[in-house]
Amino acid sequence: MRRAGQRRRRLVDLGMKAAACLAAFVGIVFLVWVLSEVIVRGASALSWSFFTTLPAPPGAPGGGLGNAMLGTLLISLGATLLGVPVGVMAGVYLAEYGAGTRFGTLVNFMVNVMMGVPSIIAGLFVYTLLVVSLGHFSGYAGAVALAFLMMPIVARTTADMMALVPNTLRESALALGAPRWRVIVQIVFRAAKAGLLTGILLAIARVSGETAPLLFTALNSPYWPRTLSGPMANLTVTIFNYAMSPYANWQRAAWGASLVITMGVLTINLVSRFILRRKT
Amino acid sequence: MKLSIFRSSRGRGDALFHGAAVGAAALVLILMAGLFVDLVIGSRPSLEKFGLGFLWSAAWNPVTGNFGAASSIYGSLVSTLIALVIAIPLSLLIALFLVEIAHPRLARPVGGAIEILAAIPSIIYGMWGLFVFAPYLADHVQPALQAVFGKVPVARALFSGPPMGIGMLSAGLILALMVLPFTTALMRDVLQLVPRVLKEAAAGMGSTTWEIFRKVMAPYGSRGLVGAGFLGLSRALGETMAVTFVIGNDHRIAASLFASGNTIASTLANEFTEASNPLYLSALIELGLVLLVMTLLFQLAGHLWLGRLEKNTRGGR
Repeated sequence: MRRAGQRRRRLVDLGMKAAACLAAFVGIVFLVWVLSEVIVRGASALSWSFFTTLPAPPGAPGGGLGNAMLGTLLISLGATLLGVPVGVMAGVYLAEYGAGTRFGTLVNFMVNVMMGVPSIIAGLFVYTLLVVSLGHFSGYAGAVALAFLMMPIVARTTADMMALVPNTLRESALALGAPRWRVIVQIVFRAAKAGLLTGILLAIARVSGETAPLLFTALNSPYWPRTLSGPMANLTVTIFNYAMSPYANWQRAAWGASLVITMGVLTINLVSRFILRRKT
Repeated sequence: MKLSIFRSSRGRGDALFHGAAVGAAALVLILMAGLFVDLVIGSRPSLEKFGLGFLWSAAWNPVTGNFGAASSIYGSLVSTLIALVIAIPLSLLIALFLVEIAHPRLARPVGGAIEILAAIPSIIYGMWGLFVFAPYLADHVQPALQAVFGKVPVARALFSGPPMGIGMLSAGLILALMVLPFTTALMRDVLQLVPRVLKEAAAGMGSTTWEIFRKVMAPYGSRGLVGAGFLGLSRALGETMAVTFVIGNDHRIAASLFASGNTIASTLANEFTEASNPLYLSALIELGLVLLVMTLLFQLAGHLWLGRLEKNTRGGR
């Protein structure tokens, strides 16, 4: 009787272990499957002109997505310039000023809520706010929509990373007579540098691969971006439009664009991981 | 004299910096309030015309101007449900594998790979889903499902219809694949925080690995595990691109999981730029409002549940 119970426990344990190994294996298989399809199908679309020329009409050979790559870079840069400073300052408030206060608790909760806002809702918000009131789609609107998504991520990681800095550091600097803002900028920021940088890079990577918020803000355009105040070409919306089109050469270009954006995002990810590892 | 100048400039610097921090924090509240108000204003024509009936009307006819959210809400919930039913047990198992079973030399690269999977933009999952996974489903998986469940009374309805590879099931599967690495990474971090002594004590009493997981690690990390589940849920619910590619974008509620459907997010992505009249546009914005409220409600539910969980575990100690 007792021995039978033992055996069942062993069997359950063995079964669950096998299931866990299988689950991990399945996860890896899908990763390899997704990545290899993107690489193989994407690589066949890549060429020098893919990076330097404007899109070709459906069916016509050649052409590239140089404008969309430039557009994605510009929009992501704009979003970073808008979202990172505000996010960092909100994080500073949470970690340094607001901890324990009622307002701080409310903001802390709201940052979490804001992180959960679906990205397409951010696009909708900026559409009604900027596109309707200005009367046209624009690169600015796209950058604002991405900044909206970036801000809470940066705020969260900044607050978490600054909270890891030991209080004794702040106290000794304050005791030496340093004003509070200098303590934060020169002591706390410096101590948390690797973490802050990683958080910002990950937020940029996360947001620059987004499509949904750009659909009705930056829209898309077949031309080189000349100004941020008009519809602007970008990689992700181009992938969406091209993949849904019936033209073989457009679908091929969509795979090429997928490879470019995946590699870009993964590179930022690896760089940030490297920074964090070297530091710790 | 000099001292007073120094002091006043220091005060100004502090005041400026403090002001900027408070301003940024306040901006979070302003943006969230603005988002809500903005969507309510944007959906006013539709709110006034359809009232609460918008929520349970399955109509969606841009020509006659009759709109309802039921099919989109249904699609969002069903696709999310499919995704979570698959992704949560799998990610728990993978997390267990990474923390307890695999040798660190294996756990590190596998964990890194899972994190890479989490970083891939959602539109890539959409592309892969449409061009690679959907044809595979249509050729291999769906006929097999029909062969297996073809005679079973209830399940037969779920898997009826032509196997097109596009529809609710595909959307749920792609969502599961998208959510999986995200929840796995979170759950792994939670399980890693379980103190060694607890696990060793259980092992010393003769527990098997699975028993340690079920009776020590999972209860200890329950708060974090549930939190990871809710984060996965809110991600799946609002996900747009991975779903839009494969769900088929059809405004109807079908019993079969093979039939095409739509989610709130996919409808917005597909129809927003084509919406030609104000009523159509406001109906779409109201859909967005519904999605926002749904996400907030789930977040609130998660928050309350976590609070209760914490109280329970604290009481138990």
